[in-house]
Amino acid sequence: MFSIFAVGTIANTIRMSDRNVEKLSILADAAKYDVSCSSSGSDRKNANKGLGNASNGICHAYTEDGRCVSLLKILLTNHCIFDCAYCVSRKSNDVKRAAFTVQEVVDLTINFYRRNYIEGLFLSSGIFKNADFTMERLVRIAKKLRLEENFHGYIHLKAIPGASDELLKEAGLYADRLSVNVEMPTEQSLKLLAPDKNRQDMLSPMKYLKNAIIENRADKKVFKTTPLFAPAGQSTQMVIGATPESDLQILWMANQFYEKMNLKRVYYSGYVPISNDNRLPAIGTPVPMIRENRLYQADWLMRFYGFKLNEIVDPANPLLDMDIDPKLSWALRNMQLFPVDINKADLALIMRIPGIGIPSARKIVAARKFSTLTLDHLKKFGIALNKAKHFITCKGTSWMQKEMHPLQLKQHILQTSVSKYAPNFSPQLKLF
Amino acid sequence: MTNIIYDGSFEGLLTAVFEAYEYKFEQVKIVLQKHFQPSPFDKEHRCITDERKAERVWKGLKQKLSAAACAQLYKAFLSEDAGIENTLLQYIQHAFSHPQSIESDFSHPAVLLVSRTAKKVYREKHRMEAFIRFQLVKDNLYYAICQPDFNVLPLIEKHFKDRYADQRWLIFDSYRKYGIYYDLTEVNNVEFTFSEDSSTDDASSAWHESEEMYQVLWQQYFSSVNIAARKNTKLHVQHMPKRYWKYLPEKKAGSKDF
Repeated sequence: MFSIFAVGTIANTIRMSDRNVEKLSILADAAKYDVSCSSSGSDRKNANKGLGNASNGICHAYTEDGRCVSLLKILLTNHCIFDCAYCVSRKSNDVKRAAFTVQEVVDLTINFYRRNYIEGLFLSSGIFKNADFTMERLVRIAKKLRLEENFHGYIHLKAIPGASDELLKEAGLYADRLSVNVEMPTEQSLKLLAPDKNRQDMLSPMKYLKNAIIENRADKKVFKTTPLFAPAGQSTQMVIGATPESDLQILWMANQFYEKMNLKRVYYSGYVPISNDNRLPAIGTPVPMIRENRLYQADWLMRFYGFKLNEIVDPANPLLDMDIDPKLSWALRNMQLFPVDINKADLALIMRIPGIGIPSARKIVAARKFSTLTLDHLKKFGIALNKAKHFITCKGTSWMQKEMHPLQLKQHILQTSVSKYAPNFSPQLKLF
Repeated sequence: MTNIIYDGSFEGLLTAVFEAYEYKFEQVKIVLQKHFQPSPFDKEHRCITDERKAERVWKGLKQKLSAAACAQLYKAFLSEDAGIENTLLQYIQHAFSHPQSIESDFSHPAVLLVSRTAKKVYREKHRMEAFIRFQLVKDNLYYAICQPDFNVLPLIEKHFKDRYADQRWLIFDSYRKYGIYYDLTEVNNVEFTFSEDSSTDDASSAWHESEEMYQVLWQQYFSSVNIAARKNTKLHVQHMPKRYWKYLPEKKAGSKDF
């Protein structure tokens, strides 16, 4: 009796796991176009000797495309009532469909987390029935993880456009981060590609969350016992390269999100062709990865380096240079500010020197208190001087490049440095 | 030249620094006991680890330097790099000879080297926090094997204790032959000896019945989240160097692609 029972259990486990493996492959595959995988910015501590904390972002693995895997990023289901042209789960697409139960998502999250595979859960979903019905399921999973499993790891929930304020409020109590994807940089593009969706439905949960977060942070200052509410804030994502917006339009929109909605992050997702729809780039069109990278560089300049949007792009220069980074472009347009004396200039100006990042700038400012710095010191600090040397003076250097015209200087830098994108530009370079 | 020979512990190193001052040696070199080779031209001084002497040096450093700089010294020590003892000695001498902290005097070679060494040890600590993979074995123990480039177990202990407070776990450094074990109350160092034929690397015979299923699910997840149209092997290998692959279940299954 006993042995038969045992065999039965093992066979069941294997069948169960086969089905789970298939479900996981469908629902992870459908979620992967959401590029956010950040797990930092929260400060959730482990409490009551429970499981996990969400204090520091860790990338536990990297896929073969080089992207970080920090969270278990899955859809609850890829059944969807919408038909957005750019989305692999659109109603009219002939793909396998699957759905997890609440318990299955909880078990996967906990068991992956205990093995140190992940920092937590990123849960999104296709829209089934309606927005509130879908949002309620997502919230139920987060609630179960927090209250029943005593789980303090990172949870990122999608706020479903059109979901009610009550559900968003509950989501904020359990999740570290919430995000609503605006999908397209402009309303026209959204109308063209996602006729069932309406931009207002996306912006209103964002506004609600912004205010709820501000209110929560204010309460927290007065009452220490105020519960956490989305401690890692909210983010959004725009698909890049599916529609004809300029970098100025995209970055202007991002800047609005940072300034008006207090978003922590805007993600730019280079469109991966997945459809033969003639409104979209054809299958086989390369993913605009360089452009995506330049947009992130510009985004960083706005958020961390003190650059204003109109210093990076403006109506006269609406597109980012693809062959050089946006900081170098800015410097070449503003040669009157250089050379900068690294032994005297403010930190803010040193951070603006092409090739010098924030940590290096800080190191320079700290070290120059002890002795006057030379180029040799900078080299030893590990600063790559191929770009920076054209924009600085320090002890023992004379400003040699001042006679060069910005265009000549750009060519000189391109020729003397190795860019990972060089193969993409080499045919053009040969023309000069 | 006087060779000060110490036992390889951090307290031992601090004792050696203390004695370099105490005996007013002119030129000193601190040497690890197991690497020491007597030379007819050098004097030798055997240093016996003395907690009080070590404590005095450490206290002195804490008064001169920020807590972060003191932590840097310890991290640099854990690199086990050849000669790091003498870099640390130069750093400490430089610190004690100045009234204010010299920790950001990066134009001084020892300060720069300590800062860089500490950084690379920190990176390895961070990688271990990322790449440790527990396997659930019978007895509900979460077991992980690793071979870090530097001796970082003392640095990752707190992270794992805070995070996995409700599960018993053991992280074993199979290169340095010791581990850290959390018994739901505290973390202790444990040492093992394995017989020649029992391998520490393969724990599959001791797996809990659910272990294989979750490894398969994880492997499936790892391959499903990849976007083939964005393949970038160079970046992948840069972030996940191949030397770590043998303890990563997701790379054991996927390594056939390379």
